[in-house]
Amino acid sequence: MEINSGLFLLVGAALFSIGLAIVILKRHAIMVLMGIELMLNAVNLNLIAFSQHDPVRLQGQLFSLFVMIVAAAEAAIALAIILQVYRHFNTVQLDEMNELKK
Amino acid sequence: MVQIVFYLFVLFTLGSALAVLLTKNVLYAAFFLLLTLLGVAGLFVLAGADFLAVSQIMIYVGGVLVLIIFGVMLTHKTDTAKTDYTEPNFILTKHRSWLWALLVAGGIFSVLYRALVRGNFVLLNQGEPSYRSTVGTIGRQLMTEYLIPFEIAGVLLLVALIGATTIAASSRTK
Repeated sequence: MEINSGLFLLVGAALFSIGLAIVILKRHAIMVLMGIELMLNAVNLNLIAFSQHDPVRLQGQLFSLFVMIVAAAEAAIALAIILQVYRHFNTVQLDEMNELKK
Repeated sequence: MVQIVFYLFVLFTLGSALAVLLTKNVLYAAFFLLLTLLGVAGLFVLAGADFLAVSQIMIYVGGVLVLIIFGVMLTHKTDTAKTDYTEPNFILTKHRSWLWALLVAGGIFSVLYRALVRGNFVLLNQGEPSYRSTVGTIGRQLMTEYLIPFEIAGVLLLVALIGATTIAASSRTK
């Protein structure tokens, strides 16, 4: 196979930027969570692109495996918190939760 | 041939990621996120990480995305005045101003692009990557070098499971 590994890094950078834009742009709490998942995926892509050249120890792939585990735990906790926030404020639009400003 | 498949997967991934960014409907965004995660799994395969691609599909598409869709459904504010059973249910998100998002994300992308294009990564230049199955190596590494992180990850998952259940159910008793 003749794919240049640098291309994976560029795709990872683009995916990370799109995730960051989603986090900044969207006001829905779950959309922000989706942006964070995209950013974590971009990081995994980078780690795996480097790990391709390390077939003996596979440190990058194992690291991204642990990133995935932590991301799954994070998503579960975050959605539980969002559910509680929705029960308390009756909205999940982040800009409408401004109790401290009043 | 492989390069054509690679570019198709790149287009697929980045296109659906952009669709997540551009759509206003949260449910559509969740479905586009599904396509993005599948595209990333394809890229994992092309990078020689077969085990990671399968676990990407199982963890993200089978677990996290289902959780996210459940979250969207459960936090949907039903607008009783507007509800019409013939109309589709639009769960919309509002946008902040586009300027700051484009400025920050575009800035970070241009910095990363310059760094990646100029940088000379020693690891990426040393020899051809080998494409053998990684399952055996990952299993051996998890049981030897990464045993303690592996056990800690198990405990973390248990804690997250109990914590998520407790947090999500805690207001029922009131």
